[in-house]
Amino acid sequence: MSETWIILGATSTIARVFARKVSESGKSVILAGRDLDELERSAADCKSRGAPDAKTVAIDARNIESFEAGLALARATSGTVNAAVFVGSMPPQEEIDENPDLIEGTIADSFTGPAQFLTMLAPLLEDRGSGTIVGVGSVAGDRGRLGNYVYGAAKSGFHTYLSGLRNRLGRSGVHVVTVKPGTVDTAMTWGMDALPFLAQPEKVADDILRAVSKRRNTLYTPMIWWPVMTIIKSIPEAIFKKLKI
Amino acid sequence: MRWKDSTYTGWGRFHQATGSLARPERADHVQQITADDPAPAIGMRRSYGDACLNHQGRAIDMTRLDRVLEFDAETGMIHVEAGAQIGDLLHSFAPRGWLPPVMPGTGFATIGGGIAMDVHGKNHHGTGSFGQHVTEFTLMTPKGPKVISPDTDEALFKATVGGLGQTGPILSARFPLLKAKGDVMVVTERRVDNWADFIPLLDNSDATYSVGWIDATARGRSLGRGILEEAETGGGLVKAARRAKKIPFNTPGFALSPAIVRMFNASYWRRVPHSGRTSVKPIDDFFFPLDKIHDWNKLYGKRGFHQFQCVVPLEAVDALRTMLVNIANSGLASPLAVLKRMGPGRGGYMSFPMEGYTLAVDFRANRHAEKLVAELESMTCDAKGRIYLAKDGLAASTHIRAMYPEHASWLEQIKKIDPEGSYSTDLIRRLNLRDAT
Ligand SMILES: Cc1cc2nc3c(=O)[nH]c(=O)nc-3n(C[C@H](O)[C@H](O)[C@H](O)COP(=O)(O)OP(=O)(O)OC[C@H]3O[C@@H](n4cnc5c(N)ncnc54)[C@H](O)[C@@H]3O)c2cc1C
Ligand SMILES: NC(=O)c1ccc[n+]([C@@H]2O[C@H](COP(=O)([O-])OP(=O)(O)OC[C@H]3O[C@@H](n4cnc5c(N)ncnc54)[C@H](OP(=O)(O)O)[C@@H]3O)[C@@H](O)[C@H]2O)c1
Repeated sequence: MSETWIILGATSTIARVFARKVSESGKSVILAGRDLDELERSAADCKSRGAPDAKTVAIDARNIESFEAGLALARATSGTVNAAVFVGSMPPQEEIDENPDLIEGTIADSFTGPAQFLTMLAPLLEDRGSGTIVGVGSVAGDRGRLGNYVYGAAKSGFHTYLSGLRNRLGRSGVHVVTVKPGTVDTAMTWGMDALPFLAQPEKVADDILRAVSKRRNTLYTPMIWWPVMTIIKSIPEAIFKKLKI
Repeated sequence: MRWKDSTYTGWGRFHQATGSLARPERADHVQQITADDPAPAIGMRRSYGDACLNHQGRAIDMTRLDRVLEFDAETGMIHVEAGAQIGDLLHSFAPRGWLPPVMPGTGFATIGGGIAMDVHGKNHHGTGSFGQHVTEFTLMTPKGPKVISPDTDEALFKATVGGLGQTGPILSARFPLLKAKGDVMVVTERRVDNWADFIPLLDNSDATYSVGWIDATARGRSLGRGILEEAETGGGLVKAARRAKKIPFNTPGFALSPAIVRMFNASYWRRVPHSGRTSVKPIDDFFFPLDKIHDWNKLYGKRGFHQFQCVVPLEAVDALRTMLVNIANSGLASPLAVLKRMGPGRGGYMSFPMEGYTLAVDFRANRHAEKLVAELESMTCDAKGRIYLAKDGLAASTHIRAMYPEHASWLEQIKKIDPEGSYSTDLIRRLNLRDAT
């Protein structure tokens, strides 16, 4: 049976590698995002590498009206529809402190936009009784930290949303994977100094695909972030508030 | 575009540069950078010396622009972004029966690096160099992206192929993949007793792919002993290549001491039975044997290493033998030494290949090795041969001028397209290649 992945934020570095890999395994893709020229180039790559079909569609996470075109493409497919959401933005915390207006956009990109889109897509997957949703959150959503707590708050909201969505969709045979990457070597982190356990997007995409096939609920990638975050989460707030990590 | 302060090296880790790197993730970012303040493009930094370094300057890391933009399954014609790695194309297309036409000894080299060095593979004697297969490429010129082919601008084409990145960033290229039966290799290995046997074997080989491993520590009657590998593509099923391993740290000095290298080489040579053998190998194992160990360059320790690679004309074969005598007597060689017969094919003014024999040997970086390499370089020059700039980190400017007679034609194009020298790299400055004399 044919299978299609609709990928939101398909220009993200991790998403491009992910799209290439699902194409190589013979699945179709719908690449959604803001930069159509770039999406066209990636769609060509997917087709050349084995995707039976690769479409592109303009979607802006901050504009709910733009979602319909993507949803229509998903409905027009036959077979299983899967979705992966890579949209997110992380303005430097200092800039947010200066200009609180940035909070709204950060939350829209990393939480509310993706949540709205998935809420609108969910009935299709429920109807078809199959499919997987991959939501990319972040370890930053596990605890509010000095360096990026607005982004972290958005991701934390997204994690909670995904866990509820999993609870709902599991009843119709649709699976939801929450992905919590650590630091990944992408445009988002290029130029930041000395990041711990920096992973290549290739590795993260492989981990996501493995989590999808094993129907894992939550994935820390690379795995080292699971013990690291377990420790960080267990530090009492009275101590944590004095730390700078 | 964000710039990152970085300290980086080529594969040999001997030369080091500190500067800022951009790594565009979308095609139009290269255009923005070039419009604001142009900088040389670099790939996977698989050049050994300083060709991919710009100390106290800026460089554009092209590796994230790696998409296939078009593939014609009828003809094999592919259009691909310049940051794509040759090994990645092999993995994607070999299962469907298509191979990159030319593959250097590492699959990590990018298409951009392959053009800028006009790389050669184990099929050079029959198929020519990489640049000869490229039908057109898109070059980031000061006036925006421009498609260049031998028909539209032959001189600029030939200044870019093998042109060391000096005509500006290559964005994408078009070339035909080669039809192959499948993604396995049928490999025949022959044990060769000495130099006198090796040369006729290379001369008479009619295999599509051929390469010689040579024991550069063997002396006397065993001088030039080695293994000749000849191969054809084939169909069939063999176990997929094992996952790459990593060298986690710089190894201490004794790991490649002369005694250990001699022992290793002797057993490596004896591994192949005297009567030779034919086996079927996964395609990677034949083309990219070293890629299975990531970061193997760290084996040479912190100071890094040099690769000396020269080519000499057919008639200068004795000069090459003398070089090998010097190398063997020095006791400095590492296990990695390659001998191959090249054909005449070359695509650009500054391309390395010439019809003859090429020898490549690695040396841990130290005073003795540098002295030896200087001698070998003079001998190459006297033999009317050439040093490969993708490997070089030590050569003298005067020698390079003598070895590359079309330098002036290249320079004329470079001066036209980049009068300010924005694309200069450490290699260009070390060898004064931007000067006419
Ligand atoms: C193990 C090993 C085996 C090898 N075997 C062979 C072999 O068999 N045959 C052979 O010919 N070579 C061989 N090489 C050398 C290698 O193929 C070349 O050095 C090649 O250029 C490396 O590509 P790169 O992407 O790493 O380029 P880099 O080393 O990053 O750059 C090399 C040059 O290309 C330029 N460049 C890179 N990308 C672009 C671009 N997009 N636009 C414009 N200029 C660009 C740079 O400015 C620089 O001058 C080998 C290297 C290794 C490490
Ligand atoms: N890199 C890390 O260290 C890291 C760590 C943990 C989690 N993550 C998460 O991983 C995901 C992928 O990020 P990345 O590292 O690959 O970085 P990236 O390349 O910067 O990707 C971010 C993506 O989000 C898209 N986007 C942002 N705002 C959007 C909007 N309003 N509408 C539509 N698309 C929008 C961007 O599209 P444009 O191309 O149009 O800008 C881009 O595709 C993100 O959710 C990120 O939060 C990353």
